Amino acid sequence: MTDATWAAVLLWTLVFIYAIAGSIDFGSGFWALFYFKRTDVKAAMIASRYLSPLWEVTNVFLVLFAVSLVVLFPHAAFTLGNMLLVPGNLILILLTIRTVFMVYAHTSERFAYPLKFISGITGLLIPALLLTVFPIAQGGFSQRVGDHYILSLSALFSSPATYTYVALGILSELFLSSLFLGDYSRVADDRSAFITYRRQVLWLGPVTIIVAFICLWSISATAPWLRHGLILQGSWFVLSGTLFLLGMAMVLLARKPTDFSYRIGVIAIVLQYLMAMFAYGRAHMPYLVYPIVSIYDSFTNAEMFRAAIMVLIIGIAILFPGFIWFWRLFLENKAYLQKS
Amino acid sequence: MPLNHVVLARSLFGTSLAFHIIFATLGVGIPLLVAVAEITYALTRDSDYAIMAKRWTRGFTVILAVSITTGTIVALQLSLLWPRFMQVVGQVIALPFLIEVFAFFIEAVFMSIYVYAADRIPHKWRILSVSFVAIGAAMSALLITDANSFMNTPRGFRMENGRAVDVHPWLAVFNPALPTQDTHVLISAYMAVPFVLATIAANALVRRNISSREREHHTKALMLTLFLGGFFGILTAISGDLSGKFLAKYQPAKLAVAEGLFHTTKAAPLIIGGWPDASTQQVIGGLRIPGVLSFLATDRFDGVVKGLDTIPKSLWPPLISHELFDTMVGLGTLLILIAVIGWLFKTIRMRKTQYPFPKWYLFIVMLSGIMAIGAIECGWLYAELSRQPWTIYGIMRTAEAVTGAPYVGTMFILFILLYALLTIGTISVLRAYFLRHPLANDIEPGPIRPRKVVWLP
Ligand code: HDD
Ligand code: HEM
Ligand code: HEM
Repeated sequence: MTDATWAAVLLWTLVFIYAIAGSIDFGSGFWALFYFKRTDVKAAMIASRYLSPLWEVTNVFLVLFAVSLVVLFPHAAFTLGNMLLVPGNLILILLTIRTVFMVYAHTSERFAYPLKFISGITGLLIPALLLTVFPIAQGGFSQRVGDHYILSLSALFSSPATYTYVALGILSELFLSSLFLGDYSRVADDRSAFITYRRQVLWLGPVTIIVAFICLWSISATAPWLRHGLILQGSWFVLSGTLFLLGMAMVLLARKPTDFSYRIGVIAIVLQYLMAMFAYGRAHMPYLVYPIVSIYDSFTNAEMFRAAIMVLIIGIAILFPGFIWFWRLFLENKAYLQKS
Repeated sequence: MPLNHVVLARSLFGTSLAFHIIFATLGVGIPLLVAVAEITYALTRDSDYAIMAKRWTRGFTVILAVSITTGTIVALQLSLLWPRFMQVVGQVIALPFLIEVFAFFIEAVFMSIYVYAADRIPHKWRILSVSFVAIGAAMSALLITDANSFMNTPRGFRMENGRAVDVHPWLAVFNPALPTQDTHVLISAYMAVPFVLATIAANALVRRNISSREREHHTKALMLTLFLGGFFGILTAISGDLSGKFLAKYQPAKLAVAEGLFHTTKAAPLIIGGWPDASTQQVIGGLRIPGVLSFLATDRFDGVVKGLDTIPKSLWPPLISHELFDTMVGLGTLLILIAVIGWLFKTIRMRKTQYPFPKWYLFIVMLSGIMAIGAIECGWLYAELSRQPWTIYGIMRTAEAVTGAPYVGTMFILFILLYALLTIGTISVLRAYFLRHPLANDIEPGPIRPRKVVWLP
C-alpha cells in the first residue's frame, strides 16, 4: 500500500469513530428529550448521564477529522472547502446551537425543557446534514468555475439519493444510540431503562437495514462507477449483514440487564458498521470526490506526512492513560451511573 | 473575485474569531485561577478559596461550551472561507493544528474528570486534573498562535506552481515570530482573566445589602485577582515591548503603521494618540515623546526606525491600526495602574480596616474586565489588520486565499444572529444560575475571623 492509501485508511477510521461516537452523542440528546416528560424518566436520566462528559470528546474527533483532512490531503481540502461553504457553515451553526443549548439546559433548571427541546431536535438534524457530504463526494453536483469547483445546491437537494443518505444517517443515529444506551443501562443495572432501549433496538435495527438497502439501490441508480465498486466488495457486505443478524439475535436473547449477550450484540453491530464502511470506502477508492479529486493527486508531501504520523503516534500514546481514566470514571462506573 | 466578496469573507471570519477569542481567553485563564485557588485552599485550609474554585468552575463549564463550539466554527471556517490558505497550511504548517487537537483532548478529558468526578477523587487529584485543564488550554493557545506567527513570518518552504516544495515542517513551526508572539498571547490572557473575575468581585462588593461574611469572601477574591492581574500585567508590558522589537526587525511595516511613522526616521518620536493622515503623511494631533520610539524599537534613542515609505503604498496596511495599537497599550497601562492602586490601598489601610477598598475604587475595578477584553480585541485586530494585504506575509494575498463559493454574505448574517443569540443566552443563563445559587448558600454561615490574607502581599 502506498502512503496515500494509508492516509486514506487513517482518515476513514476517523470518520468511522466519529460516526459511532457522534451517533451516540446526538442520539442520546434526542432520547433525553424524548423521555423527558414520560413516566419512564429513568431512560431520560440515563441518556443525560451518558451525555454530560461525552460531548467534548466527540467534538474533538470532529476537529481531528477536519485537521487530518487538511494535513493528509491538502489539495482535497481546497476543493472541498470551496464546495462545502453552505452545508459546512449550516452544520456549524446547528452544532453550536445543539451543544450550547444542551449545556445551558444543565445550568438552567427553569428553562431545561425548551432548551433540551432545541438541542434534541438540532441533534437530529446534524447527522442528516453531515450525510449530505456522501452524495457530494459521489459526484455530479459540482460545476467548474475558473480554477475551482462550486456546489450546485439545487441539484443536490433535488436528488433522491441525497435523501436516502439523510434517512440512513438519522436512523443509524437513533439505532446506535439506543443500542449503546441499552448497554449503559445494563452497566447501571437499571431495568426499566434497559427494557425501553432494548425494545427500540429491536425495531430500529430492521428499519435501518431496509433503508440501507434502499440507499444502495439509489446509489446504483445515480452513480454507476460506485455501484461497480460496491459489487466488487460484495463479500464484505455479506459479512456485515451476517454480523447484523448475529447482533440482533444476541440483543433478542438478552432479556435482563444481567444478560451478557447484550454486550456481544453491541460488539457485533459495531463490527457490522465497521465492515460496511470499510467496504464502502474501498469501493470509493481512489476518489475522495468523484471524479475531480483522488487520493493520489491530493496527497500531501512526504516530509509533512512523516512528521504528521509521528505527531499522531506520540499524541495517542500520551493520551491513552488519560482516556482509560476517563472510561473508568464515567462509562464503566456504576457509582457514577446510579448517582441521581 | 469582486472586492466586496473578500471583504465579506474577512468580516465573517474576523467576527467569528473576535467572538471566539473572548471565550478562549477565559478558557485559558479561568483554569489557572481555579488551580491557584485550589492550591491556596490546600495550603491555608481557608474554605473561601475552595468556594471560589467551585463557583468559578461552575461558570467555566458554560463558557467552555461556547469556547469549544466557536473554536470548532473557526477551525472549520478556515477551510471553508480560505481554502487556498489551508492548502498551504496542510502542506507546511499543519503540525500545530494537529498537536492542538491533542491539547484539546487533554483539556476535555481532565475537565470532565474535574467537574463530574470531583466528589469521587481525592483533593490532590483534583488539583492535578485542573492543572491539566490549565496546561491543555495554554497549549491550545500557544499552538494556534504558532499558526498565526507562521502567517507573520513564513518559513520552511518555497512555492512552485501553487504547490509547496522543499518543505521543512519543523522549521515552519519554529518560525521567528513564535517566541515573542506566543509569550505575549499567553501572558496577556493570564492578565485579562483575573481582571474579569475582579470585576465580578467588585460588583458584589458595591452592593448595599451585602453581609459581612460575603464581603470578606469577595475581598479575598479581589485581592487574589488584582494581584495576579497586576503581576501578569507587568509581564505583558515587558513581553509587548519585546514584540515591538521583534516587529522592528522582521515586520517593520507593521510597527510603522502601529506608530503612525510614515518616513524612515532617526531618533523617532513615540506618538501617543492622534490620527494618521495618508494625504499629508503626518499624524494629526497626538502626544509626541522624542526619541522614545527609537528606544523601544532598537534600544537606542538615536536608532533608525523604518517607516511606511520602505514599502509601496499599495501594500500599506490600514492606518486605523495606530488607533488599535494605542488603545491596547493604553488599556494595558490603565489596568496595571488599577492593580497598583489596589495594592497601595491594601498596604496603607489594611492595618486600620479589614476592608481597605473605597467605593469609588471598586466602581473603577468594575470596568477592568471589559477593559481587559477590549485590550485583547484591539491587540488581535491590530495584529491581523496590519498584516493586510497579506494572509501569509509576503507570499499569499488575502484576495488569493478566499473561497470562490457564493453566499458568503448570507452566512455572515446567519453567524451574526448566532453570536447575538449566544451572547444573550450565555449572559442570561449565568445570571439566572448565580441568582438562584447565591454565595450565601455556599459559604459557612456566621462571621468568621479573617484568617491570614494570603494574596496582595
Ligand atoms: C490584555 C491584553 C493586552 C495588553 C494589555 C497588551 N497587549 Fe499587545 N497584544 C495582545 C494583548 C495585549 C494580544 C491580543 O495578545 C496580541 C494580538 C496578537 C498577538 O500576537 O498578541 C497583541 C499584539 C501585540 C503586538 C503585535 C505582535 C505581532 O503582531 O506579532 C505588539 C507589538 C504588542 N502587542 C505590544 C504591546 C505593548 C508594548 C503593550 C504594553 C502595555 C501591550 N502590547 C499590551
Ligand atoms: C489565539 C487565539 C486563540 C486562543 C487563545 C484559543 C484558545 C482556545 C481554547 C482555550 C479553547 C478551549 C479548548 C477546549 O476546551 O477544548 C479553544 C477551542 C477551540 N479553538 Fe481556539 N483559540 C484561539 C484561536 C483559534 C483559532 C484561530 C482556531 C482555528 C483554527 C481555533 C480553533 C479552536 C477549536 C477547533 C476549538 C475547539 C476544540 C474542541 O473541540 O475541544 N482557535 N480555543
Ligand atoms: C483569536 C484571535 C483572532 C482575532 C480576533 C482575529 C481577527 C481577524 C480579523 C479581524 C481578520 C480579518 C482581517 C482583515 O479583514 O483585515 C482575520 C483574518 C484572518 N485570520 Fe485572524 N484573528 C485571530 C487569530 C487568528 C489565528 C490564531 C489565526 C491562525 C490560525 C488566524 C488566521 C486568520 C486568517 C487565515 C485570516 C484570513 C486572511 C486574512 O485576512 O489575512 N487568526 N483575523
